[in-house]
Amino acid sequence: MGLLIDKEQCTMCEACLSSCPFGSLEVRDEAIYATESCTLCGACIDACPMDAISIEGGREVEEDSFADYKGILIFGEQRQGKVASVVYELLGEGRKLADQLGEELSVVLLGAGLEEEAKKLIHGSADKVYLYDDTNLEKFHDDVFTEVIANLVHEVKPSIMLCGATAIGRSFFPILAGKLKTGLTADCTELAIDKKEGYILQTRPAFGGNIMATIICPYTRPQMATIRAKVFKPAPLDIHHKGEVITKSFDSTKIKSRYVIQQVVETVEETANIADADIIVSGGRGVGGPEGFKLIEELALAIGGAVGASRAAVDAGWIKYPHQVGQTGKTVCPKLYIACGISGAIQHLAGMQSADVIVAINKDKDAPIFDVATYGIVGEVDEIIPLLIKKLKKG
Amino acid sequence: MKIVVCIKEVPATTKVKINPETNTLMREGVESIINPYDVYALEEGVCVKERLGGGSVVALSMGPPQVERSLKEAISLGADEAILLSDRAFAGSDTLATSYTLAMALDKIGDVGLVICGKQAIDGDTAQVGPEMSEKLDIPFVACVRKILEITEEKAIVERMTDDGYDVIELPLPAVITVVKDINTPRIAGLKGKMRAKKARITVWTATDINADEERIGLTGSTTKVTKVFAPQPRGLGMMLEGSPEEIIDSLYDHLKSGHVI
Ligand SMILES: Cc1cc2nc3c(=O)[nH]c(=O)nc-3n(C[C@H](O)[C@H](O)[C@H](O)COP(=O)(O)OP(=O)(O)OC[C@H]3O[C@@H](n4cnc5c(N)ncnc54)[C@H](O)[C@@H]3O)c2cc1C
Ligand SMILES: Nc1ncnc2c1ncn2[C@@H]1O[C@H](COP(=O)(O)O)[C@@H](O)[C@H]1O
Repeated sequence: MGLLIDKEQCTMCEACLSSCPFGSLEVRDEAIYATESCTLCGACIDACPMDAISIEGGREVEEDSFADYKGILIFGEQRQGKVASVVYELLGEGRKLADQLGEELSVVLLGAGLEEEAKKLIHGSADKVYLYDDTNLEKFHDDVFTEVIANLVHEVKPSIMLCGATAIGRSFFPILAGKLKTGLTADCTELAIDKKEGYILQTRPAFGGNIMATIICPYTRPQMATIRAKVFKPAPLDIHHKGEVITKSFDSTKIKSRYVIQQVVETVEETANIADADIIVSGGRGVGGPEGFKLIEELALAIGGAVGASRAAVDAGWIKYPHQVGQTGKTVCPKLYIACGISGAIQHLAGMQSADVIVAINKDKDAPIFDVATYGIVGEVDEIIPLLIKKLKKG
Repeated sequence: MKIVVCIKEVPATTKVKINPETNTLMREGVESIINPYDVYALEEGVCVKERLGGGSVVALSMGPPQVERSLKEAISLGADEAILLSDRAFAGSDTLATSYTLAMALDKIGDVGLVICGKQAIDGDTAQVGPEMSEKLDIPFVACVRKILEITEEKAIVERMTDDGYDVIELPLPAVITVVKDINTPRIAGLKGKMRAKKARITVWTATDINADEERIGLTGSTTKVTKVFAPQPRGLGMMLEGSPEEIIDSLYDHLKSGHVI
């Protein structure tokens, strides 16, 4: 098993050398070799104009065993009894994929007192909702959610499973994938069906958004993915859409959490939830201090957005960590991102460069943030922001 | 308590980009660093050991031989020993194969009280290895820990960051946790640490050493496959708004309104 470079085909153009993210290809005795650091990522295969590179080994597809697996199953994340908006986004996209495949779209919903929410999911174009209504399922416990859904998967055998790339989804979906011994693609921003093979093509950013990768799960079922919030349009609600709510039972004596949640604390600042926000107003070191963030907050309120921050502002203690955007903070994908007094370091860009529209306010005309900005404003935050607030209020 | 911190060596992302014309990765002398989140994981491991007044911190990594350098750095930052899982047979691992491999090594290490991972690695950004490993080890898992409030040999009380705030969780040990940046401020390696690192010997284990099933490691054990890498859609060319501050704001407002952004 390993990387095969066909010496007959190879013209020594060396296109592969620069394509390797790990610097693992080298020229020796007028031929190209992979060194020990090669991870078989396959980037060089695409780069080779002569199709001289291939990977030997890997699994065989056991296609027969896939015939039983059909349909798309979405994890219906709910928090405090309300289904998360990302679930409707998954329904919107899932409906299209299910129709292309000619298969069913269903949702699994865990929690207490969720009958109305279940019906609403049907209006959101689900064909089936598997409802586990039990007070023991109100709070999220990794073990319990994994166990319940794994049992359902064994029963209904979905071909594709989707889940929001939220704190909850990214915590337990990998455990579930491990249990089902199948592949999981994290934080996808694009989905499509490969018409020939019927696979789901899962596209996601890697290396902080500098690279996009399309990933498939050809050997095992279900094919699982977590999906970033705000990239797909939510399914419109249609009260005439027909579907079925299937009540499932949950045996709390059999399925237990190994850990105990002692307390759930909501830091009920409306402006803190940047992962879900359509609009984010972010402040950096350039806002000058904690008072500067009052101005940022005021703008966020006026425009109906959440407050974000650069790491420099968080590290200075001007604002708390949950607001941090970037490589070591949150990745966000809002419709509008307003960066105020942020230089645009690569680690910050990694968390926000997929926003639809970026507005940058910075007094330094050479700040790198302007390279990604849709609208750039060279100016002092203290001057520009109050004017914008005034304009927003006046209309 | 024996604490294992999982460390991944990653290319410093700043340097990795795609050439939009040829769709190939451009790496200008990519340097490798310890995944930033794993530095917090390591620091927390060392803190836990100090709080308990004893025990040991083992840094564990799977990767090519040159990762020894990052593991030496881990020792300079307070790890007592370091183990590198390195074997051609591990190449091509996806998260499922990686977590299987790490879990097999943890079995071999034995008697581990706490496994600490970073929240995610900045190359793949998957955040999957920690939770998948806990499944293989059949021990509980808590993601995104921002504080360890209490810890004994038997249990820990931790704060888990959520999308709306945080949860306080009582967690029996052994367990796997992943940590976020908020949890601590990593120390800088001192002279003593650097000396220790210089002298330290890194244990290297192959697939046979950890009794790994060859069907479950490397490319063969991987369930996902990358079929294509390409450059992201270039952002439309931006525009600088000019004029007096008032004019700029009027123009911005009009653009946002007409583009239905607000
Ligand atoms: C491993 C690692 C991980 C990291 N992770 C992150 C991360 O997740 N998120 C993150 O943001 N950073 C992260 N960073 C840090 C990052 O490299 C930058 O240091 C940080 O983003 C800088 O924040 P800033 O833009 O607010 O500050 P600065 O770089 O100091 O920029 C301040 C900007 O404000 C402008 N300015 C100053 N005064 C005014 C004014 N009155 N009006 C208008 N403009 C003004 C200046 O011209 C300047 O461009 C990370 C770094 C490392 C090494
Ligand atoms: N090859 C590896 N060796 C050791 N630890 C790893 C490796 N890959 C991932 N990890 C750990 O798992 C965490 C999450 O990685 P990932 O799932 O790749 O985002 C990292 O922060 C590390 O703690």
